[in-house]
Amino acid sequence: MKTLIAALAAALGLAAGALPPAASRAGDWQETLQEARGQTVYFHAWGGDERTNAFLAWLGGRLETGQGVTLRQVKLSDTAEAVARVVAEKAAGRDEGGAVDLIWINGPNFAAMKAQGLLQGPFVADLPNARWLDLSPGSANTVDFTVPVEGLESPWRLAKFVFTYDTARIGAPPARMADWPDWAAAHPGRITHPDPSNFMGATFLKQALIELAPAGTDLSVPPGDDSYGAATAPLWQWYEALRPHLWRDGTAFPANEFAQRQLLNDGEVDLAMSFDPASAAAAIRDGLLPDTVRVHVPAPGSIGNVSFVAIPYNAAHAAGARVVANALLDPQVQAHMQDIDVLGSFSVLDPARLDEAGQAAFAALPQDPALPALEDLGAVLPEPDPAWMTRLTADWQQRYAR
Amino acid sequence: MRSGRLLRIAAGAVLVLGLVLPVLAGLGQSLAAAFGHFPALGARGPDLSAWRALLAEPGLARAAALSLWTGLAATLLSLGVALGAVAALQGGPGLGRAGRMLAPVLAAPHAAMAIGLAFVLAPSGWIARGLAPLLGWDRPPDVATVGDPLGLALILGLAVKELPFLLAMAVAGLGQIPVAAHMAAGRSLGYGRAAIWLRILLPQLWPLIRLPVLVVLAFSVSVVDMAQILGPSTPPTLSVLVARLFSDPDPRAILPASAGGIMQLVLTGVAAALVLGGARLAGLRTRAALRRGRRMAGADRALGLPLALLAGLAGLAALALAAILLWSVTFAWRWPDPFPARLSAGAWQDAGRWGATALGTLGIAAACAAMALAAAVAWLEGADRLGRPQGDRWMTAALYLPLLLPQLSFLIGLAGMTLSLPLPPLAAVIWGHWLFVLPYVFIALAGPWRALDPRLARSAAALGAGPARRLWRVKLPVLAAPLALAAAIGFAVSVAQYLPTLLLGGGRIATLTTEAVALASGADRRVAAVHAVLQAALPWAGFLAALSLPALLHRNRRALRGAA
Repeated sequence: MKTLIAALAAALGLAAGALPPAASRAGDWQETLQEARGQTVYFHAWGGDERTNAFLAWLGGRLETGQGVTLRQVKLSDTAEAVARVVAEKAAGRDEGGAVDLIWINGPNFAAMKAQGLLQGPFVADLPNARWLDLSPGSANTVDFTVPVEGLESPWRLAKFVFTYDTARIGAPPARMADWPDWAAAHPGRITHPDPSNFMGATFLKQALIELAPAGTDLSVPPGDDSYGAATAPLWQWYEALRPHLWRDGTAFPANEFAQRQLLNDGEVDLAMSFDPASAAAAIRDGLLPDTVRVHVPAPGSIGNVSFVAIPYNAAHAAGARVVANALLDPQVQAHMQDIDVLGSFSVLDPARLDEAGQAAFAALPQDPALPALEDLGAVLPEPDPAWMTRLTADWQQRYAR
Repeated sequence: MRSGRLLRIAAGAVLVLGLVLPVLAGLGQSLAAAFGHFPALGARGPDLSAWRALLAEPGLARAAALSLWTGLAATLLSLGVALGAVAALQGGPGLGRAGRMLAPVLAAPHAAMAIGLAFVLAPSGWIARGLAPLLGWDRPPDVATVGDPLGLALILGLAVKELPFLLAMAVAGLGQIPVAAHMAAGRSLGYGRAAIWLRILLPQLWPLIRLPVLVVLAFSVSVVDMAQILGPSTPPTLSVLVARLFSDPDPRAILPASAGGIMQLVLTGVAAALVLGGARLAGLRTRAALRRGRRMAGADRALGLPLALLAGLAGLAALALAAILLWSVTFAWRWPDPFPARLSAGAWQDAGRWGATALGTLGIAAACAAMALAAAVAWLEGADRLGRPQGDRWMTAALYLPLLLPQLSFLIGLAGMTLSLPLPPLAAVIWGHWLFVLPYVFIALAGPWRALDPRLARSAAALGAGPARRLWRVKLPVLAAPLALAAAIGFAVSVAQYLPTLLLGGGRIATLTTEAVALASGADRRVAAVHAVLQAALPWAGFLAALSLPALLHRNRRALRGAA
C-alpha cells in the first residue's frame, strides 16, 4: 500500500510537501538503500578536472564500502553529450534501462532536460542529507540559472566567478569591467578569455553584461529581440574596444578555463578565470600555477551558482543514483570536498543548520595565502536567464567566428 | 576440398557481413540522414534541411577548405620527402638506418605525437625556450605556432606521422623493381641519380604506392584527434566541426552532421582526384621531357633538400616523444626553463587514474588483433585449400574500403544505426576498431602467406598430413614471424583509433586515445603526457614482442627467425 501511495504520488508529480510523513519516508529510504546495494551507477560528469575526478573516485570508494554502490564516472568533455544520449534514447523509445544514471548538470542543459520531461523527481527533499541544505524559496539551491529546480536536481558544489592573475607579471585587473579595454591596451597580448562557446567564456561575457547593461535591464527574464539589442549594445561596443588588445589579437581563444590556466602557467598570458575561488590555491599546490598567482573579484561582485546532479527519467540504476546524490550532501563529504588539498570547492550546505560534528569537520580545514577569505569574495550576482547566454554565445559566434 | 569451401564461406561471411556490408550500410545511413531521412528522429525526407543547417554553421566554407588544404599539403609533403629520401639514399646503408630510426614514430599513435608536438612547437614551447636566451625574449612571442589559422602545425604533425609509413611503402615497392639495372642503364646514358629517379623509377614506383598514398590522403583530410590538438579552432577543420555537431545536445544535429560526413567524402574524392590527376599530368610531362632528352645536370644537388626535411621531421618527432616522456615525470616546468624545475612521479603513481584505461585499451586491441588474424588466416587458408593461391581480388579491394573512405562518413551512419539496434558499447567499439584493424592485418599477412614455399605443404601432404595438420604443424609455425608482425600491426592500429571509440562507444568506453585527446584540451599536461606515453608504449611493446617471439620460438632455426 505504501509503495502504491508513493508510486501514485510520483505519478502525479506531487511536490515535496505532499509526500508521506517523515517516518514512512525513512522507511522509503531504507528501501532505496536496499535496492541500490550492488548497483553500478554511471555518473556522467565532465571529466576535464583531475581533482574533481579524484574526488569522485574517493567518493566511489566510500560508497562501495558504505552502501555497496559502485560509482563509475563517465568522463565527458561536454555535459551536452550526456543530454544528447538521453534525448537519443527517448527518440529511440528506450524508456527503461537508460545508459545515464546521474548527470552533473546545470544551466541550459538542466533547462532543456526539464522542459522535455527527461528528469526523474522531485527527489531532493527525500534525501536524508537534504536537512543540511537551505531549500527555502529563492535560495541558490532552488534556482538554477533562473529556472526553478523543483526537486529535480540535487546541489553538490558552489561556484563563484573569479579572475586569477600572476602578480609577478601584472597588477590586479580593474575593479570594474568598463575599465578593461584600457587595461588590456596597457598589456597587449597578455589578456584573453575562454571561447564563449564554452561555459566559462560565456560567463565572462555575462559578467560584463551585468555591469554594462543599461540601468533597469531585467536579465532574469528571457530577452526579446528589442530588449536583447538594447541590453547588449554597450557590451558589444565595449568588446570591440577590448578585443584588438587580447592575446592573438582576439582572433583565437583558449577552448576552456583549463586551457587558459595552462597558458597562464606557460607564461603566454597573465590572466585566467575560474568558477571556483579556491582553484588558484589548489593549482599552486599541484604545480599547475606559479605561487605568485592571486584571486580577484570585480567590485560589484560576481556571478555565482550551484552545481547540481540530476537523474534521467529512464536511468537504469535510479536508486543507486539517489544514494550517490545523498552521499554528495553528507557533511563529512562536503568538508572533504572543500578541503583545499582535495578539491577546494565551496560547500552548498548551510553552516547554520549543521550539527556539531559537521561544523567541526569544516573548522578543521587548512588555510592558504592564495585562498580568498569568504568576505573578500563580494556579492553573489544571480545568473541571467539561460536564454541570455544562448543568445550571447550565438551572437558572438556570428560576429567573430566567421 | 569441402573443408576449404567451408572455411572460405565462413571467412567470407565474416568479411562481407562484418565489414563490407556495415561500411556500406553506414554510408547509406549517412547519405539518407544527410538528405533528411531519419525515421527514428521523425525526419522523413528527402529534403535539404540538413544541408541548410550544415551550411549555416559559422565558418563552414573555411573549415572545408582547411580540411582539403591540410590533408593535401600533409600528404604531398610526406610523399615528397619520402620519395626524395629514397632517391637520395637507395643503394646505401642510409635507407635502412632511416627506416629503423623512424620505426618508433610509425608505431606511435597520432594523438601521442600531437600532444608532444603541441608542446615542442608552442610559442612557450621547447623550441621557443631554446631560442629565448638568443633572441632576448622575456615572454613567449604572441604568435600562433600551434592552432594557427592556416593549419601549418597540423600539416607538420601529419607529415611527421605519415612520412615513416610512406617511406616503408616506397621501400617495399622498390623491391619489385630492378632498381640497380635501371640505375646502371640510366647512368650509362648520362643521367644523374635525381634524373633517373624522376624519369625512370618514379613512374614505375607510383602504381605500387598509389593505394597507400590514397589511404594517407583520406586519413589526413578527415583526421579528428590530431586536428583537435594541433589544428585551428575558429573555425576548426571540417572533420572536427562535424564531430562537434555529432555531440550536440539536440539529437537532430545528427542530420547536419551526416551531411558533413558526406561533404567529407566529397572532399576526399576531390583531393584524390587532384592527386591522381596531378600524377597523370606529371607522367605526361615526364614522357615529353624524356623525348627531349635533357639530362638535368645539377639536379642531384636538389636531393639534399628532402634529406634535410627528413632530418628536420625526424628531429621534431624525437623532440615530441622526448617531451611527452619528460612531461609525464614533471611537477612544474615553466617558461623559460629548458628543462623541468622539479620532477615528480606523481602522475605515474596515480595508477588509479590510468591503470584501468590502459588495461581496457590493451584488451580491446588484443581482441581486435586476434579476431582480425583469425579472419585473415581463415580466408587465406581457404584460398589455399581451394587451390586459388592468389585469392580473390575483389576481397582485397573491398578490404581497402574502410581505409579509403573518410571515417566520419560511415561511422556517423553506424552510430545512428546503433540508436535503434543497440549493441553493448564494448562490443560496438571492438567491432569498430576491427573494421580498421582487419585491412592492415590482411595486407601485412597476405604477401608472406602467398610467398610461402608450396613445397613445404606438399612434402607434408606426401608424408600423410591432412590439411588441418599442414596448417597447424607446418604453415603457421613457418609463418610465425609474419603472423606475429601482422598481429602487432593490428594491435597498434587499434590502440591509435579515436573516432570508432568515440562514436560507437557512446561515451561509455574510454581508451588511452580518447582520454589523451580529452586531456590534451588543457586540464593537466602531465597527466595527458602519461596517457600519451602509455599510448605509444603499448604498440612498441607489441612490436618488440612480435620481433622477439619468432626469434625465441625458432632459436635453433636460422631461416625462420624473422626480421630481427
